[in-house]
Amino acid sequence: MIFGLPVISVTIWLPILFGILVLATGDDKNAPLARLLALVGSVLGCLVTIPLYTGFDATTSNMQFVEFHDWIQRFNIHYHLGVDGISMLFILLNSFFTVIVVMAGWKVIEKRVAQYMAAFLIMSGIVNGVFAALDSILFYVFWEAMLIPMFIIIGVWGGPNRIYATMKFFLYTLLGSLLMLVALIYLYNLTGGSFAILDFHRVAIPMSAQILIFIAFFFAFAVKVPMFPVHTWLPDAHVEAPTGGSVVLAAIMLKVGAYGFLRFSMPITPDASHKLAGVMIALSLIAIVYIGLVALMQSDMKKLVAYSSISHMGFVTLGLFIFNAYGMEGALLQMLSHGFVAGALFLCIGVLYDRMHSRQIKDYGGVVNKMPVFAAFFMLFAMANSGLPGTSAFVGEFMVVMGTIKVNFWYAFAAASTLIFGAAYTLWMYKRVIFGAVTNHHVEELTDLNAREILIMSILAIFVLGMGLYPLPFSEIMHASVNDLLVHVAHSKLPI
Amino acid sequence: MNLMANLIPAAAEIFLLVMVCFILIADLMLTKSSKLFTYLLVLLTLVGCMVITVGTHQSSVVYAFNGMYVDDLMSDVLKLLSYLGMFMVLVYSRQYLMLRGLFTGEFMVLALFALLGMNVMISANHFLTLYLGLELLSLSLYAMVALQRDSAIATEAAMKYFVLGALASGLLLYGMSMLYGATGSLELGAISNAIANGVQNKSLLAFGLVFIVSGLAFKLGVVPFHMWVPDVYHGAPTAMTMLIGSVPKLAAFAFATRILVEGLQSLEHDWSGMLIILAIASMALGNLSAIAQTNLKRMFAYSTITHMGFMLLGLISGGIEGYGSAMFYTVVYMMMSLGAFGMIMLLSRAGFEADTLNDFKGLNQRSPWLAFMMMLLMLSMAGIPPTVGFYAKFSVLNAIIQTGHTWLAVVAVMFSLIGAFYYLRIIKLMYFDAPESHAPISVGSDTGLLISINGLGVLFLGLMPGTLMSICAVSVQQSLLLH
Repeated sequence: MIFGLPVISVTIWLPILFGILVLATGDDKNAPLARLLALVGSVLGCLVTIPLYTGFDATTSNMQFVEFHDWIQRFNIHYHLGVDGISMLFILLNSFFTVIVVMAGWKVIEKRVAQYMAAFLIMSGIVNGVFAALDSILFYVFWEAMLIPMFIIIGVWGGPNRIYATMKFFLYTLLGSLLMLVALIYLYNLTGGSFAILDFHRVAIPMSAQILIFIAFFFAFAVKVPMFPVHTWLPDAHVEAPTGGSVVLAAIMLKVGAYGFLRFSMPITPDASHKLAGVMIALSLIAIVYIGLVALMQSDMKKLVAYSSISHMGFVTLGLFIFNAYGMEGALLQMLSHGFVAGALFLCIGVLYDRMHSRQIKDYGGVVNKMPVFAAFFMLFAMANSGLPGTSAFVGEFMVVMGTIKVNFWYAFAAASTLIFGAAYTLWMYKRVIFGAVTNHHVEELTDLNAREILIMSILAIFVLGMGLYPLPFSEIMHASVNDLLVHVAHSKLPI
Repeated sequence: MNLMANLIPAAAEIFLLVMVCFILIADLMLTKSSKLFTYLLVLLTLVGCMVITVGTHQSSVVYAFNGMYVDDLMSDVLKLLSYLGMFMVLVYSRQYLMLRGLFTGEFMVLALFALLGMNVMISANHFLTLYLGLELLSLSLYAMVALQRDSAIATEAAMKYFVLGALASGLLLYGMSMLYGATGSLELGAISNAIANGVQNKSLLAFGLVFIVSGLAFKLGVVPFHMWVPDVYHGAPTAMTMLIGSVPKLAAFAFATRILVEGLQSLEHDWSGMLIILAIASMALGNLSAIAQTNLKRMFAYSTITHMGFMLLGLISGGIEGYGSAMFYTVVYMMMSLGAFGMIMLLSRAGFEADTLNDFKGLNQRSPWLAFMMMLLMLSMAGIPPTVGFYAKFSVLNAIIQTGHTWLAVVAVMFSLIGAFYYLRIIKLMYFDAPESHAPISVGSDTGLLISINGLGVLFLGLMPGTLMSICAVSVQQSLLLH
């Protein structure tokens, strides 16, 4: 309870409320006020999530901070919220990144500031709703509503090819969502009239239906992750999105897809999940290896990090579908870590882009001579992206590889190759951009990070290192929930 | 049965008829500058009808005029919504019509006659009453489309509308006569009983059904009987398009359910097969053609075809879920289409029609509030939560899946995905593109308020859809399923 209000509702509605307030400041004459309100809103939004962490009971896998109210009685739909060890950390991550995004867009965004800030605040609340919803229709509403601000963000403040990218983003994700909706309604009829996700977990489903439901969910979640054949929207969307948009896409949006697998696909259709695990693992490995090679060939920095994101998310789906505790916890840690690392890398590229208005690697060279502080931060994040021990990325990747080795040596071998490819594409990019002699007069004119940027980078650096050196506070929270999920997934749900 | 008992169920219609006649005569006495008096009188009439309908509401189903007329919960709810819809049409179109010299007594009287026709249709329990209401509605609409006498395109639209509408009426009438031949009655309840007890001439019945469904499809504007829709929507002045495209859908819903469910329930197996084909064809053709349109009114015409196809899915599913969801869908569709056409009229000026896609370019820079309202309406049409359009689609999908036609639900959502594209394109134009003209948008306080209520209503009903859903479900339960 915060001031007598339920915690989760506050984390959802407070940012949305501030978003509306920011929107009400009107046009760009009031931009300073809009920025200030947005900062206050995002910081408050981040602070109110703290009770979720401090009040969390890590010994149980039950839903906590549960809120339950009638919503649409006719269809037995409830306003039902709660978190467990899987979802809680993502709410924290999301609220934290909203602050970062607001700060990152402070000076850079000059047109329609209020709308920009408001879109991010509203989205932050909606994403918290996605992670906390325990009623599938409530989940669906948040899930789809999330698209609207992102659609606007990419379309209004994005790069030259933004309209193609944002349309592709919206329609791709809508395709998956609509199939998921059909599956949800099917499940509703199967359970005899309940949309509660936890009821879906319990209901027995015949194999043929399980496979169809799994496929419907697969489309919804795989598009968001994104997994190999349906990933093509991501590089477009990332490249064209403004920095804040890229950060939120990488740090938050992609996690929503993997979360969907954990919350829906695996517990609702465990038999189909086992049956199709081979396909999922194959797609994950293709993402890890093939997309890693694709990243190597990119000449655009943002595209490179976008492909690297797909490759890293391949680790997550691999970890999920090998069905053991190492893999799953590794996948969850990888999701958190990738949020920090990819978010930080996009911010770094944003820093360069704000100064040079280019994302092409060839336009840079010798940046270290002009921006030593920046080069140091960028170095840390690049190393983290390559999975250097001591950074957050190492923990998750190591655990996933450990878990995979138990299943099949060659899977693990292929997965581990990312440690080489990842290092290759990240460090090669780093070398071409940062080191060497100053190549042109644009680089000559670069100025180093200002105080605001140093603050943002430092916070992220602390998390990247902190999580790498001492991951226990993160992993112990998810322990109970992960074990419970694994037990659940191991039980067949075929009708007897 | 005494006279009063017959008159009370039709009190609102009688009041409406008296008022229309009074307004018709009073308007002759008024000078051109005092048309506002007529306008206020019309609005007052609508409020009066509302009061009477609420006041004469009875909790049971009441038949009047020897079973020709019925007053039940569904008819009362639909009538109240049609008054509301007509009220909104009149408020939205006042400024638009004034600027074009069409704000005349004829327009308002014809609009009220159309409303009377709709209400007769909504309450009809007999083929004759149904047909009477339908013709009253149609003739008023034909005349309204032709009201702009100096516009060639409007005249053409009126002509097409009239010819094809007359054809459809002919089909309906033919079908009705066959059913009469097969069952010996024109009253819906009696027809239903006769069919249930077994009809001798089955082929006559089958032919009659085919003609009825075709006529119905014509009036609903579903593929392959949709040809008139784009031309009429495009050619008619926007105010008339709004009227054609919104409120009569309620009456069409009542018309379809009264005939198919109350009258021909025992033939459900036959007509639902036909409707499935109509529905799929409408969703396919409507969505695909809408993508290619550059004129908004034409685009919305194709979108209407799609929405009516989707609504038919509810009728196909049957039961309280199916009919309830179809009714909910129709009501929601009326709201969205009122808002969308209202926006076109709001952006139009004297001598300028904002009816092409390009006219919406950069609306967010010219008026962020209007752009936001239009975004809500478009998202609702596309069926994206948290707008009410989502629940309309959701409840229909739920009804289909309950009947086991999961494949049909998948087909429907795939076409919705295609549909989402052209609604998104409008949002894209408003938010991402630079405006083509910077002409100031002059919004009257009445229309401005109404569009805000309309847009926010779509959002509010999206957050709290439960009540309206329940009302629809209870109405169809009482009216269609209990007897």
